[in-house]
Amino acid sequence: MSTEVQAQEEPIITFRGVDKAFGPKVIYENLDLDIYRGEVLTVIGGSGMGKSVMLKMLIGLLKSDGGSIKAFGDEITTMEGQQLLGLRRRVAMLFQGAALFDSMSVAENIKYPLVEHGWGTPAEQNDRVAEVLEMVGMPGIEALRPSELSGGMKKRVGLARSIAVKPEVILYDEPTTGLDPLNVRRINGLILRLQEQLGVTSVVVTHDMDSCFTVTDRLAFLYDHKMSFVGTLDQAREADFPALQEFLQGGRGVLGDDEVAGLAEEGVNL
Amino acid sequence: MNQALLLLGHIGGVARLTRRTFREALRRPFESNLLIAQIDSSGIGSWSIAVLTALFTGAVMAMQFAIGLEPYGASLYTGKLVSLGIVKELGPTLTAVLVGGRVGAGYTATIGSMNVTEQVDAISALGADPVRKLVVPRVLACIIALPLLTILADVVGCFGGMLITMDEVGVTWRFFVDQVIDTLSVGDILHGLGKSVFFGYFIAIIGCYVGLNTRGGTEGVGRSTTTTVVAISITVLVSNFFLTQLFFALAGHT
Repeated sequence: MSTEVQAQEEPIITFRGVDKAFGPKVIYENLDLDIYRGEVLTVIGGSGMGKSVMLKMLIGLLKSDGGSIKAFGDEITTMEGQQLLGLRRRVAMLFQGAALFDSMSVAENIKYPLVEHGWGTPAEQNDRVAEVLEMVGMPGIEALRPSELSGGMKKRVGLARSIAVKPEVILYDEPTTGLDPLNVRRINGLILRLQEQLGVTSVVVTHDMDSCFTVTDRLAFLYDHKMSFVGTLDQAREADFPALQEFLQGGRGVLGDDEVAGLAEEGVNL
Repeated sequence: MNQALLLLGHIGGVARLTRRTFREALRRPFESNLLIAQIDSSGIGSWSIAVLTALFTGAVMAMQFAIGLEPYGASLYTGKLVSLGIVKELGPTLTAVLVGGRVGAGYTATIGSMNVTEQVDAISALGADPVRKLVVPRVLACIIALPLLTILADVVGCFGGMLITMDEVGVTWRFFVDQVIDTLSVGDILHGLGKSVFFGYFIAIIGCYVGLNTRGGTEGVGRSTTTTVVAISITVLVSNFFLTQLFFALAGHT
């Protein structure tokens, strides 16, 4: 199967007319988006606009109020039980705070999806744990607890856990927020390597524009409850769209506030 | 009015969680390692507070009855009253309130902090079911552990009552034990244990429900934990009245 040809044709994930509100707060109104196989798509937009809600809808953690979301040709919004399990094997998510299980060691964390999906024998699972830890550049830390890891290490272990079952699509929720520059580079490098070496499709939700410029093939700008702009970086720079331009270059005020909000989301009280 | 609607909403939420819990509990394979871990930390970890509470409650009841009944020359009945009071009411109820505070608050704090750090979402995302992983073992553990802790509290409470009765009334331990055995029927004991099964369910389901609905970071976890302790205490004490009526009705006293 030629992924290059497919990338030009059929999207593997489609949002069509998706609505979502939390009580009176409208998040999405008639949102459309296509995601193609093998690409890195970055979703940008202000904090509190619900950028990560679409990631959670994509693996069935949140239900949309209306519209259609399809992945690999199957409707997600009506999925239950076994179908959802199948979907979550193909689409993995890296949570903002990594969401490692505090009560388990690094190895047990990474083994968790392997056990739940019935992946291989216990010995094969152990091999896979070592293998993915190697991939994220942290071999041999199986016995450590999440509380012993730094923020950047947690993210990388979280990523190792997400790729353990070899998903086709990885959803990243603010992968670089709150990390030091070195770890930001490492995470961006991992996103690119997963794309290049394993052909993984990535959807990255971020407000870190530097990372966005480094990793992304296409950009989607969430504004006014929908994807107001979707296109390549070059197209974005040339677009006649003031709000987007403000975001892309400079918008220091916007980004500064975002950074503060991002920290607050992580529980840092400023 | 608004408060009443909110309360009804929560009762509905607990009912839905209960349905999901029992459906997941019946699905194979049964994850006994999670259940055993919970029985260990929730049940066995609570034995000391159950024992301490029961010992002093039995003792103080005996003191009140021994002295209070003396003017009527009825002090010899102390053992009857103490054992009935402990086994049917104070054993199950006090154990539930105290263990509920400890265990329920722990459930809310654990599940609540997992929720605000997206670990509950992560369970789903990694192909498992949070209700199955978090709620089922806790509810089953409490339903199993609470009656066992209540039996322990019953025995220790009667023992505390016996010590004081021997001292205040001057009966022998033999007299007291015979009197207790004579007084208590199997129905009386089941009356107390039956209630404790319901209390165990309330403790776990409230602790888990509040935890799963925790929002707002570490501060939210603190708020939730307080809510749980209050909700469990009130639920146990209020439901005790209705459960007592139910069990009397079942035993034919209408």
